[in-house]
Amino acid sequence: MENFLTQTLVYLGAAVVSVPIAKRLGLGSVLGYLIAGVVIGPFALSLVGDQADVMKFAEFGVVILLFLIGLEVQPSMLWDMRKAIFGLGGAQVLGTALAIAAAALALGLPWQTALAVGLVLAMSSTAIVLQTLDEKGLRQGPVGRAAFGVLLLQDLAVIPMFALLPLLATGAAGHAADGGGHGGGSLVAHLPIWAQTLSVFAAVAGVIGGGRYLVQPLFRFIAKARLREIFVAAALLIVVAVASLMQIVGLSPALGAFLAGVVLAESEFRRELESDIEPFRGLLLGLFFITVGAGVDLPLVARQPLQLLGVVIGLMVLKFIVMYGIARLFGAPRRGAMAVATALAQGGEFAFVLLSFTVGAGVIGAQLAALLTAAVAVSMALTPVAMILYERVAALMDAAIPDVVPDTGDFDEGEPDIIIAGFGRFGQITGRLLQASGFKSTVLDSDIEQIELLQRFGRRVHYGDATRLDLLRAAGAERARMLIVALDDREKTVELVETARKAFPDLVILARAWDRRHAYDLLANGADAVERETFESALALGTTALQKLGYRAHRAHRAAAFFRRHDRRVFEELRPMWGQEEAYILASRDAAKTMDRLLDADLHRMRPGDAGGAWDTASLDEELRERAEREGAE
Amino acid sequence: MTDASTGSVTPATPRAASGVLLVLAHPALERSRANRALAKAAKALSGVTFKDLYEIYPDFAVDIEAEQAALLAHDVIALQFPLYWYSTPALMKEWLDLVWLHGFAYGEDGVALKGKKLFVACSTGASAKAYHMHGYNRFSMDEFLRPLEQTAHLCGMEWETPFVVHGASVKDDAALKAEAERYKARVASLLPAPRVSGKAEA
Repeated sequence: MENFLTQTLVYLGAAVVSVPIAKRLGLGSVLGYLIAGVVIGPFALSLVGDQADVMKFAEFGVVILLFLIGLEVQPSMLWDMRKAIFGLGGAQVLGTALAIAAAALALGLPWQTALAVGLVLAMSSTAIVLQTLDEKGLRQGPVGRAAFGVLLLQDLAVIPMFALLPLLATGAAGHAADGGGHGGGSLVAHLPIWAQTLSVFAAVAGVIGGGRYLVQPLFRFIAKARLREIFVAAALLIVVAVASLMQIVGLSPALGAFLAGVVLAESEFRRELESDIEPFRGLLLGLFFITVGAGVDLPLVARQPLQLLGVVIGLMVLKFIVMYGIARLFGAPRRGAMAVATALAQGGEFAFVLLSFTVGAGVIGAQLAALLTAAVAVSMALTPVAMILYERVAALMDAAIPDVVPDTGDFDEGEPDIIIAGFGRFGQITGRLLQASGFKSTVLDSDIEQIELLQRFGRRVHYGDATRLDLLRAAGAERARMLIVALDDREKTVELVETARKAFPDLVILARAWDRRHAYDLLANGADAVERETFESALALGTTALQKLGYRAHRAHRAAAFFRRHDRRVFEELRPMWGQEEAYILASRDAAKTMDRLLDADLHRMRPGDAGGAWDTASLDEELRERAEREGAE
Repeated sequence: MTDASTGSVTPATPRAASGVLLVLAHPALERSRANRALAKAAKALSGVTFKDLYEIYPDFAVDIEAEQAALLAHDVIALQFPLYWYSTPALMKEWLDLVWLHGFAYGEDGVALKGKKLFVACSTGASAKAYHMHGYNRFSMDEFLRPLEQTAHLCGMEWETPFVVHGASVKDDAALKAEAERYKARVASLLPAPRVSGKAEA
């Protein structure tokens, strides 16, 4: 228990310290975890012991990850992806395996070993790729889909590999073991092939059938109990059960979890399952990355640094080139192909399993396996770095050729009235209004997916980080009348406003503000006007709420207008105090009081029958009544 | 961010009531040559506070308190608008409904506007001939403006002779310029300042 607590302390502590730092440095969380792993690993501070057990536990994170992905994949979507999975994926596995095998052969390995190495290293890391793509906002869209298709096929390919690899044994070690890690769990390994195949089909059918007919009633039953933790437990139970079943029949647990996810994707409990399991995914994946980091054999790195470096770079470059070529062959645009190829250039977690399996089967020597294990781990660690490198190169390419996509309109297509930086959920609406009103706009966005989508609709959108002055210039900021900053990033928004204000004093700058403080910040940095991003929509929803509560539409509308005016007034009143923290807090507390009073007054004035206010005829009615009485008395 | 800052010009010190509050209502001022020319000429006068209602309240959410304060601060209230369906544009009617309240503008306690002048400046599309018993509009401008005249009366205000520009859209630039000058002189004559008191209406 004590040991368990210490271990937990070390893992959590390392993650909590290193991940935020890595994030802040722009390295991404994966690299943060990996670095944390290296630091606490047996070869550095040695705060944690043997990784094997933890690794097994952590690999479950990958299983959960695939289950969650499965939940997002409707069966029909899977069918749509068949080209990416079997075409792109198949080509990647075969092409990469052969390329690496050829390289290994050239380096003097016997052909059997070379082929085994090729097959093992063709795998990429599902966990790292998906996490990285997620962080870069690339997971949805063509790049993410292509990468996912390839990863899925790799998972499938692992099954025949376990069957094929022992055939490549050079005889040195014989068939002594049936492999440590992966194959070890299979209870059906001793059965004849037909029985194994049958059991595989039975297991898959069981998962599909169970998902269809068993899980739904089970969850309804549990939902009635209204015990949240039992629901979470049940969700985990499903994943664990499927994973174990798959292990028994010798399939990849991750693949099984994915299948279960797909089956449940159309279930009414999908969202619930997602949110229940999500935290486990994050933590376990983090743990997984840490164990990978801790597994990097530092003494080996120290002993053969050049050799290791050569293997890592050779591996990544080769994988990149093959994947890039294949993606281009399948019709991906250059940048998309680059992104996919970069993302998939590392070795995968299956490589660890397969390597120990091949050592056992006598296909690959122990020393070579140790070197390759280290190389795979390092290549995984380098993936976030490679992605950063890819982004730099992409940005450089943009800088060299300002109009990235010349065929669909570019900066020269007349001078824009407006430059819109950021064309996401916010910028789109603003941009559409302005465009519909006949103003010419140039859009800058750094999300390639978004750009590809918009270009399909014939919009003038350009890739680029709008905080870069040269790009703003290329977009026509010197001649444009207005810059609209609609970025999703608080700091970048301020940075861009500041930069643009200094460089283009006459440009009207409007900015999307996160909240009140951000709005003040933007105004202080030179924005001409700001709009808090949630203010108007929240007010609109409030108006709808009032109507649903029985207000007539116009009364609800007026209540919102009244509120808006008050809020904007307070915004202006507090503006001079911005910066003086104390005063601001005091004043805002005061403003809350004002708000109370105003709302109170509002309530009374708008309530029919009370004195004063719009369309309130009470006082007039009274006067008319008195007059009528007087006239009646005369 | 204040919506009031865009459309109105307020004099620095609004202490005692003085000057002209010129309230303009035109939903598409960018299309109205006549009203733009008139407003431009009149608001250049010192002592005139100009309010462009459709610019200040595009959402019709008239600020009652602010508008009542503006009414109190001036002793001449000038309403400038194009005649729409023989009446004011919708927002000016809304403004009247919301701001000129019982107990403020009229009624036993409603004496805020008592003694002030109400001056109406109105543009029409049709020619002067149409606003005649035998014209296609059948009634005179005086008759169409009766509701406003009575408003002034109920509020204890003095009703100034309205300023009317007929056939506003067909007038050429020179004619419009002349009208604008005539308007400016008329508004100036309503200002109590001594330097314009000698000027008679052209």
